[in-house]
Amino acid sequence: MPREIIKNKYPMPLLPIEKRIKSFHEVALGYTEDLAIKEAERCLQCNKPSCVEGCPVGVDIPAFIKLILERDYLAAAAKIKEKNSLPAVCGRVCPQENQCEKMCVLGKKYEPVAIGRLERFVADYELANGELQYTRKSPTGYRVAVVGSGPAGLTCAAELAKMGHEVTVFEALHIAGGVLVYGIPEFRLPKSIVAKEIENIKALGVKIEVNSVIGKLWTVDELMREKGYHAVFIGTGAGLPYFMDIPGENLNGVYSANEFLTRVNLMKAYDFPNYLTPIRTGKRVAVIGGGNVAMDAARTALRLGVEESYIIYRRTEKEMPARAEEIEHAKEEGVRFIFLSCPVEIKGDNEGRVCEIICQNYELGEPDESGRRRPVPIPGSEYSLKVDTVIMAIGQGPNPLIAATTDQLQVNKKGNIIADEQTGKTSKPGVFAGGDIVSGAATVILAMGAGKKAALSIDKYLRSL
Amino acid sequence: MYTIKDKILLAPGIKMFMIDAPSIAQKAKPGQFVIVRKDEYGERIPLTIADSDKREGTITIIFQEVGRSTQDLGKMEVGDMILDLVGPLGRESEIDFYGTVICVGGGVGVAPIYPITRALHMKGNRIISIIGARSADYLIWLDKMDEVSDEFYVTTDDGSYGRKGFVTEVLTEIMDKEEINMVMAIGPIQMMEAVSRITKEKGIKTLVSLNPIMLDGTGMCGACRVQIGDEVKFACVDGPEFDGHLVDWENAKRRLKMFEREEKIALTSLGCRCCQGGEK
Repeated sequence: MPREIIKNKYPMPLLPIEKRIKSFHEVALGYTEDLAIKEAERCLQCNKPSCVEGCPVGVDIPAFIKLILERDYLAAAAKIKEKNSLPAVCGRVCPQENQCEKMCVLGKKYEPVAIGRLERFVADYELANGELQYTRKSPTGYRVAVVGSGPAGLTCAAELAKMGHEVTVFEALHIAGGVLVYGIPEFRLPKSIVAKEIENIKALGVKIEVNSVIGKLWTVDELMREKGYHAVFIGTGAGLPYFMDIPGENLNGVYSANEFLTRVNLMKAYDFPNYLTPIRTGKRVAVIGGGNVAMDAARTALRLGVEESYIIYRRTEKEMPARAEEIEHAKEEGVRFIFLSCPVEIKGDNEGRVCEIICQNYELGEPDESGRRRPVPIPGSEYSLKVDTVIMAIGQGPNPLIAATTDQLQVNKKGNIIADEQTGKTSKPGVFAGGDIVSGAATVILAMGAGKKAALSIDKYLRSL
Repeated sequence: MYTIKDKILLAPGIKMFMIDAPSIAQKAKPGQFVIVRKDEYGERIPLTIADSDKREGTITIIFQEVGRSTQDLGKMEVGDMILDLVGPLGRESEIDFYGTVICVGGGVGVAPIYPITRALHMKGNRIISIIGARSADYLIWLDKMDEVSDEFYVTTDDGSYGRKGFVTEVLTEIMDKEEINMVMAIGPIQMMEAVSRITKEKGIKTLVSLNPIMLDGTGMCGACRVQIGDEVKFACVDGPEFDGHLVDWENAKRRLKMFEREEKIALTSLGCRCCQGGEK
């Protein structure tokens, strides 16, 4: 009984553009039940599903899609949660186009199955309607400290708790979630969703201690020696903002993307003075960089009411590391892209506030080690752009605090903790690490994958004690 | 949640809290700070740890009500609970034997310089303290500072207590008289700048404690970046103490004004959460 193949994904319902730029409401509204079932019907239910190979945490994708077709959404959610502790997050922010959906057999000829959207549908359904029953193994008596409550730490903690270990997560900020709460904006990942996912992880028995800066309040060594933790997982992410080291970078009105986004997301500066943390943008904002963080900053600026929000990127759209969907949304909302361009100086007015940015044009030369064509400056091509705010979104490095305060913990030249990719083992016995602190800034799902692998090897380590 | 165990009004608009925070008290070292967030709506405010008591499990913070957030904090009473308190943050002071050390504290800056002075004193340094304030009313912790000093000077701008004038005048006189090995200065940024200028001429090592705008306090946002010589440093993790001779003071002063306008708006919307008061 051959069935008609629907060539394209069912489109994601989106908030109308005019509504988007006036609020922080989530842009992608999620599939309705009807759309989810139709999209699920597109899945070929391959015998050898290559999509699963594309998933860093190995979710049994055909199985959960089949459960959608059976209208058993809670079972579908349970199926995902066997492997992924944060499906509502991943369904929203995973770069599926480079992972599961890239491997989808249907995608060879047509558009792949919208696996991410289906994951989100199921996870949201479960958050709204279900109470998942977890099977926790009996307590092992082992205690594990997890440092950092971002995607890597939360995943590692959840997995370890399911195995019966006693887990405490230490978070430096006042809310758990790491980059999910301070970095990724509300319109892409509602904070209520993150909070609910974290509640689910707490329901597994995971304790979360906020306001705890490990390396200051206690060192990793103290956690193990004095606080009775048998193992430690470090998932402190990529929290150290890079600047360009160009003149004028310390003028008022130059923010790191981390500062800009933290003010708005974590501290709710968009609701100033109800919330007391201020933000100031002026009328024209330039964001430097081409990744998801740059898109987030430029789109956030629009929602704060700026007249012009520019993205300045030194290569072309093709080389941009941001997800296609984010670039698309940014364009729809009116972000203006200036490609092949890079700032050389920021100028200020008499009061030391940013008033213009001097940029230089670039052209693409030979490919560099990343395989992307190297941007080469064109001499004499400098031009000026009037702006009130400059946001640096050129990447983040590892925060050195843990490495500097932990004996025998080896780091590489860039300051990333050296850990085995498969096991998360570091140079220090009993200490494991994963996510951006090891890999450098990457994605939520890769950090989760690393947290999961580390949990397995921590379990093995504990049982060998 | 962190309970306020004691509250003392030290001077007009200058308040002291003793807060129940056993873990932080265990670890706090001179020169370090905490970040306080009063409630859900509050800013994250960096405040130096003025004292700590390991046995009682308390830390002491002293703050001047200069803006909306510090005013809100000042309204809290004994028994109230502060939502968030994180620390100890920043590097501790390098407490060493230098010889003769001058400790200069201006206004509410006496609070952070006290634990450093005490530690330097215990290390065997000869301590000359110079404390200054606008007027007699604004002088705090005179007795505590006196206790840990070998010589002790007080100035007020209006002459209502001690000597009339600025701390820098006393500093200059002392430096002319005897050999000084190190100067530590904490107070208003103009005072720290003036002290650094004077000691630079004499080539005397000078440390200042900078208090720039901060957000997370863990090196994550870079809001607190300061130009130190030809390097950009984050005060929250690389400081807060820096070589006063290397600080780009113009830049540091300017960056403190980043949100001047917003700070005024926050003040005029005082106490009103039911409407978007004061925006226009």
